Amino acid sequence: MNTLLSEKHRAIRKAVRSFCDRELTPIAAAIDQEARFPWEAIEIMGKLGYFGIQAPTELGGAGLDSLSYVVAVEEVSRSSGAIGLTITVHNSVAVHPILSFGTEDQKNRWIPPLARGEKIGAFCLTEPNAGSDASAIEATAIRKNDCYITNANKVFVSNGGVADLCLIFARTDPGAGRKGISVIVAERGTRGYSVGEPEDLSGMRANPVCSIRLYDCRIPLENLLGKEGAGLQIALETLDTGRLGIAAQATGISQAALEASFRYARERQQFGTSIGSHQAVQGMLADMATMVDAARLLVYRAAILRDEGKPFSREAAMAKLYASEISTAVTDRAVQIHGGYGYSKAYAVERYYRDARVTRIYEGTSEIHRMVIAKGILEEYP
Amino acid sequence: MNIVVCVKQVPDTEALIKVKADGSGIDEGGIKWVMNPYDEFGVEEALKLKEKNGGDVTIVSVGPARALETIRTALAMGAEKGIHINDPALEGADAYTTASALAAAIKEIPHDIVFCGMRAIDDDAGQVGSILAELLGIPQVTVVTKLEVADGKATAVKAIEGAQLVIETSLPCVITAAKGLNEPRYASLPGIMKAKKKPVDVKDAAALGISVAAKAKIVKMMPPPERAPGKIVGGEEAAEKAAQLVKLLREEAKVI
Repeated sequence: MNTLLSEKHRAIRKAVRSFCDRELTPIAAAIDQEARFPWEAIEIMGKLGYFGIQAPTELGGAGLDSLSYVVAVEEVSRSSGAIGLTITVHNSVAVHPILSFGTEDQKNRWIPPLARGEKIGAFCLTEPNAGSDASAIEATAIRKNDCYITNANKVFVSNGGVADLCLIFARTDPGAGRKGISVIVAERGTRGYSVGEPEDLSGMRANPVCSIRLYDCRIPLENLLGKEGAGLQIALETLDTGRLGIAAQATGISQAALEASFRYARERQQFGTSIGSHQAVQGMLADMATMVDAARLLVYRAAILRDEGKPFSREAAMAKLYASEISTAVTDRAVQIHGGYGYSKAYAVERYYRDARVTRIYEGTSEIHRMVIAKGILEEYP
Repeated sequence: MNIVVCVKQVPDTEALIKVKADGSGIDEGGIKWVMNPYDEFGVEEALKLKEKNGGDVTIVSVGPARALETIRTALAMGAEKGIHINDPALEGADAYTTASALAAAIKEIPHDIVFCGMRAIDDDAGQVGSILAELLGIPQVTVVTKLEVADGKATAVKAIEGAQLVIETSLPCVITAAKGLNEPRYASLPGIMKAKKKPVDVKDAAALGISVAAKAKIVKMMPPPERAPGKIVGGEEAAEKAAQLVKLLREEAKVI
């Protein structure tokens, strides 16, 4: 599984795994059940560079490449899907767009605390009536004197409950349709900014997924990210990177389920032998291992293309589609191999099964991804 | 302040150890290698001293090619440079030979304080630190749980049965680290990147001018005997079971 990794990437994997095995795996079940954001672990991760994995070192980041990034996200998610979500949302769809579209001033102001994990970022696109169709958003940010008067009702915001900095997609020109959407950076504590109760979700429970409301929030003009009207373009570019993170996250959850299944298949005795010696179980294990490897290779390919500065949008979409689809298949078989115990909270596969499910939904549903992939290919065959 | 830390690469505590069929050693296939945990305390203490007093930290390790990974881990934690003593003749070296290799390398570089783990978790010998101090001709304090260095001397706390000793020594000295000395840091992501560019000198026995003739050798390695199956004490009444149990404990297990 490491054939594509250089010594550097293997060192990253080893270091991240050693940290996660000691600090995250032991608390993963409890923070899931208590739906608790583990500040004690987050604080250490901030100091170790997990919140600015690809941010330049001059701005306090770790300055790593995309391949290192997916390796790190996979390893964190192998221990805790929910913390993997925190890391990938923060890095991919908060830090990354600020680095790509921010002015020097904005980068100098926002990136260092974000990269050190002293501030946490979130991405606010989804609304009650705008999910897959991002152009349907209703939030508005109307320019008045030195600020944007912003009104928004954003839902299912990952990291929402702990975010200090939110990228808000809102209409700065309500008459201009798709071209009237912009990104405004809202900071927690601004008057009119409020955070809803955490959603009671099936999985990813340690991540405080909340709604964020802005009511007549006066946000300074200098908090506009990119140009007015560039919102959807920023969203699309950001989601390419976001997909890569989610694909890595799904792969990490699958890997954890796979390892648990191999261990259990060796230990569990039925009919006087380990269940792993039964062909039916071996068939499941072989399919799972193959799917996880295939997903990982797709993730690596997209990351390597990105590192080489080549187009990677379709490859990232394929990686996200496949890695998320197989993560529900792999965790489902993991539960099956564990039998009744797999359906119980006594075994971690029960959590993997719940955590995996959402990867087919967020950062673009599987259906949207299939549409994007097919359209791109169809255009090549006129 | 020039600080040296000796580290050893050992099998992970969770690794499944299999003895080779010929009893000459362990089967290294599939083993995950880590830095000896007691050496990690040494690295951490060295980094803390450096952060307080300035200077630099050199990591020295005796081991095959794979040991470089452990040196890099210490460099990723924050050490400045490494010395990798790699010689096929030193594979499976005894404590004396290992200590002479370390001593020869350390003699060539400035050293105010030398850290070792109190013992390595693979062979549990606990000798290298002490032999090293003798070969360097400097004082040693072993099994240290607290350390302060100021005004050219070190004050170390050593736990002994039912008490603590506070020992003062001049520098340079050898300190062997025990659990409790500190909480080792994790390598940071930028630290891993920097570690790749830090210098590691590779030396063999000839370059160090040492003899590789062992004073002790492992005659045979055997896995521990398999545990005998347990026994369920039968009987109807609790009193009857208790009597059975006492009888078995006294006559069969001979523990009471």
